[in-house]
Amino acid sequence: MTTRFFGDTAALTGRSLRHVTRSPDTIITVTIMPIALMLLFVYVFGGAISSGSDQYVNFLLPGILLITIASSISYTAFRLFTDMQSGIFERFQSMPIARSSVLWAHVLTSLVASLISVVVVVLVALLMGFRSGAGVLAWLAVAGILILFTVALTWLAVIAGLSAKTVDGASAFSYPLIFLPFISSAFVLTATMPGPVRAFAENQPVTSIVNTIRDLYTQQPVSTDIWIALAWCLGILIVAYAFAMATYHRKIA
Amino acid sequence: MRSLVPMSERRISLDAAPRNLNRLRSLLAGLDLDAASTLHAVVMSIDIRMTTGPAIHVHALEKSYKDELHVLRGVDFDVARGSIFALLGSNGAGKTTVVRILSTLLRPDAGTVTVAGFDVATQPADVRESISLTGQFAAVDEILTGRENLILMARLRRVKDAGHVADDLLARFQLTDAAKRRVATYSGGMRRRLDIAMSLIGNPPVIFLDEPTTGLDPQARIEVWKCVKELAVHGTTVLLTTQYLDEAEQLANRIAILHEGRIIANGTLAELKQLLPPVKVEYVEKQPTLEDVFLAVVGADGKDADAGDRGVGTNK
Repeated sequence: MTTRFFGDTAALTGRSLRHVTRSPDTIITVTIMPIALMLLFVYVFGGAISSGSDQYVNFLLPGILLITIASSISYTAFRLFTDMQSGIFERFQSMPIARSSVLWAHVLTSLVASLISVVVVVLVALLMGFRSGAGVLAWLAVAGILILFTVALTWLAVIAGLSAKTVDGASAFSYPLIFLPFISSAFVLTATMPGPVRAFAENQPVTSIVNTIRDLYTQQPVSTDIWIALAWCLGILIVAYAFAMATYHRKIA
Repeated sequence: MRSLVPMSERRISLDAAPRNLNRLRSLLAGLDLDAASTLHAVVMSIDIRMTTGPAIHVHALEKSYKDELHVLRGVDFDVARGSIFALLGSNGAGKTTVVRILSTLLRPDAGTVTVAGFDVATQPADVRESISLTGQFAAVDEILTGRENLILMARLRRVKDAGHVADDLLARFQLTDAAKRRVATYSGGMRRRLDIAMSLIGNPPVIFLDEPTTGLDPQARIEVWKCVKELAVHGTTVLLTTQYLDEAEQLANRIAILHEGRIIANGTLAELKQLLPPVKVEYVEKQPTLEDVFLAVVGADGKDADAGDRGVGTNK
């Protein structure tokens, strides 16, 4: 059964990856907004923001990457929803395959598509003057956190894709996720915010993730933020996975 | 010596064959020689029927949806191996519900349903090994090419030499020219043919076709009919649902009419015709139907009817 799971997941992942590579416009749509935000904040608003670092793009990048991932996973919900609408989902369900591989294929595809988008955004940031002297280990840690964040949000997207009634509904769930970084330490230091907003900003998942990534590539000692960030990601991952699987089994029962 | 089993009881035993088989065997032990040999022959033939068995057996099947009407209220039918069985009914009669239960997508509320000898409720994985579903809407991947769709199915069904199998099916369903195009560019008839071709990979013994020609133009319908007839020639059992009476008449060995959650008639076309009042002879001028006219004008057999094949000479 496990060999069947891996074989089926590989075959189905190959299929949905083709969906990504054959519509490269999805990568463009995903990256265009974070890149535009980055240009806007670095070249327009950046002068008015005191971030405590000489290069504002260095300060800004982690938040931009999270926005990139959040908008990328809305396509995962979209692809899953489209599958369910067309007959192909039922065809897979009536075949002798490992049933969960249908979802895992979408999750892996989501991860690959998000990482491609993240790489594109990082390249643009490099053009805009982003520099880091961090070593391989620090970058691996950054990659690990981004992957964990992507997988956690992807399982949220799976819930949305499985339970949505319309295409718009399938992708709309990601809007709050895209805007969450604005009320965090991603764009400005939380210390500048009024009390209640600051309390929210400092205690939502994005701030700890942003701070950890920023510390890692600016070669600062990593604070306890990393544990809070990991706890948030793992927590979201576990809860979203459980709900997604429950929704899935209700759908295919 | 004990007396013979009364005639009536023998008949009952034969009708409900498999369940009463053991009872028959025990009766056999205490019979005189002549009757015993007769009954032995009967038991043997029942044995053969059990090992070959019906491909699909549905008994007292019930299903209702949450807060909704009682869709199936005790459906019974058997489908013999290698035959084409049509489930006929109007929209909302529950045809799709039956197919979804048979293909393990939906659980029955009550009743027994076996496909290829496996129970859909307790052995769904075995059922899935034996079936293929072609749903109401062409279940093809539009972004992949026709050939890629077939190869994906072959990989999922663990068929060796996927490329070869795909190419054979493309040729059999006249899709070779379109093999490398994305399915999004296919006509309705081509999609359906690809859909059915995808269902054949791995040679499942039972195939479900849920309204295979709904929404197709007359030529595409004829193409699909040809495919279905060929399936039965290859020994595949086909259960198809349709709301078109002529489709059932064209294709099926047996036809069952599903109405308000029950099978209200089940038999061959000839048997069903006997349900009607006796035949009257009337002289009526035979007018061509609009379909006849359409097909005559457009160029009948549907071979060169697809977008992709259009303009190809007839002397190909």
